[in-house]
Amino acid sequence: MKILVCMSNVPDTTTKVRFTDGNTRLDAAGIQWIINPWDELALTRALELKDAGAISAVEVINVGPALTEATLRKALAIGADKAWRIDAETADGYQVAQLLAQWLKDQAFDILLAGVESSDYNSSGVGIMLAALAGIPSVSNVSGLSIEGGQVILKREIEGGQQQLKAHGPFLAVVQKGIALEPRIPSMRGIMTARTKPLEVVPAHPVAARTAYQAFSLPQPKGSCRMVDPEQPDELFRLLHEEARVI
Amino acid sequence: MSNILYLAEHREGSFRKPALELASYAHALARQTGGQAIALVLGKVGADQLSRLGSYGTQHILHAAEGSFDPMDNGIWSTAVAEAAIKVSARLVVFSASLQGRAIAPAVAVRLEAGLVAGVNGLPSSMQPLTVERKVYSGKALATVVVHTEKAVMTLSPNTFGLKESSGDAVAEVWTVPTLPSLSFEVLETSRSEGKLLLSEADVVVSAGRGMKGHEHWKPVEDLATVLGAATACSRPVSDEGWRPHGEHVGQTGKIIAPNLYFALGISGAVQHIAGVSSSKVIVAVNKDPEAPIFGAADYGILGDVHTVVPALVEAAKRFKENS
Repeated sequence: MKILVCMSNVPDTTTKVRFTDGNTRLDAAGIQWIINPWDELALTRALELKDAGAISAVEVINVGPALTEATLRKALAIGADKAWRIDAETADGYQVAQLLAQWLKDQAFDILLAGVESSDYNSSGVGIMLAALAGIPSVSNVSGLSIEGGQVILKREIEGGQQQLKAHGPFLAVVQKGIALEPRIPSMRGIMTARTKPLEVVPAHPVAARTAYQAFSLPQPKGSCRMVDPEQPDELFRLLHEEARVI
Repeated sequence: MSNILYLAEHREGSFRKPALELASYAHALARQTGGQAIALVLGKVGADQLSRLGSYGTQHILHAAEGSFDPMDNGIWSTAVAEAAIKVSARLVVFSASLQGRAIAPAVAVRLEAGLVAGVNGLPSSMQPLTVERKVYSGKALATVVVHTEKAVMTLSPNTFGLKESSGDAVAEVWTVPTLPSLSFEVLETSRSEGKLLLSEADVVVSAGRGMKGHEHWKPVEDLATVLGAATACSRPVSDEGWRPHGEHVGQTGKIIAPNLYFALGISGAVQHIAGVSSSKVIVAVNKDPEAPIFGAADYGILGDVHTVVPALVEAAKRFKENS
């Protein structure tokens, strides 16, 4: 069985975002780019399954310009066998999903993994759109994936509970925290061997985006925090009731 | 072609706040387009519950009572919504940004060849072309998104629009989805914690962090939640340490929530935590470190040790409840 992990290249989650060009795009100055945290957990789980002998190969793919290759190299250093980059600057998740779907036609993977969202656009769109375009079943909110005796068992979150599912045939899973606990860190040996692993660049077909980001802004800063005397806890509830009117 | 279709999610036959908020939102959209607000209900729901949608401005209900809609299956649900959208000539299809809504909205957008805008936080500023605001960078920024396609699919961030009652009756039509696919996955086991207030539905959330110093100190946190009728949550280090279940982790990589009132007890307020809770209407922070970043995000703060302040808050909350 082969696993494909769809990866997004995002600003480090501690980044204080700023915008430029009349607030139409992210100011990339000083930003450190990382593998989207949920994609990194997906990759970690895929590699755990490979270590256990349940998976033969783990490949990763990203749609983006050349500067995203640093995160693909990191994925190779962590342990992925092969990386792909579809060479395109994209405007929305639909464009990304279409490019992936077109590329996927000539590939054969048993399990596709996508993180629940990217920490930049937070749309939760690409994975499910890819599955819909490629015509393969999808399942979301997946927090567990195991393979025993060739049987693929998934754990997913539902409102107020959990469910165990069994997959029959290829599928795409949108995964969240729990799929792996801690992201795997590249070893020195991994970093050395990553240099010789294949990173294939694929030209992009022309695909039109369906949405566009027109402008960005920063939320209004909060007013100052009103301090309440710890000896007067009743005062807090009076304020929440009379001033804030939330209880 | 200016109708608004929305998916009215229910839990065991009753509509919760997110569904009624979405009904309010769909009604407001319909007033802008001059079309109807139409609900799609999947699975069995009684007439009394269906009529509640009418009180939030819904004019028409498509009720697909028969069909295997439980468990939620991406293929079955997205097919049902897309077929309904075609049947009622919906220009806009809206979902709550719930577990289910987020899971199927992208598939519906593909089926309808519609642009997708996830997690919108209000009404569009323009209907032609559709232009609407949403949060990006996990709440650290806002973006204005323009949709190029005639049809659009949106998910609404919870607790951003609010409930808006409206007089009116909804006409319910029993409807059978023409061609439903079969279940994509075999269900082996389902477990639900009965009666527990869900984080996504709670108006008040009591959350605690590493400052609690261990799972054995959680009783006052749970007591405060019980007195206030709140759901409990925690910060990332707490769930990573195994003090609380992962389902309670709120923050950028956990659940993103937007209750009316959020208590951050012994949570210093890392950027990633604040990103997950900054949409809360009011934040109360209790921390012994006056420099803790959580005070920068909070509306009310108490400087003190959680181990003495939280039990005092429990008693004060009890007195407040008795007198109100």
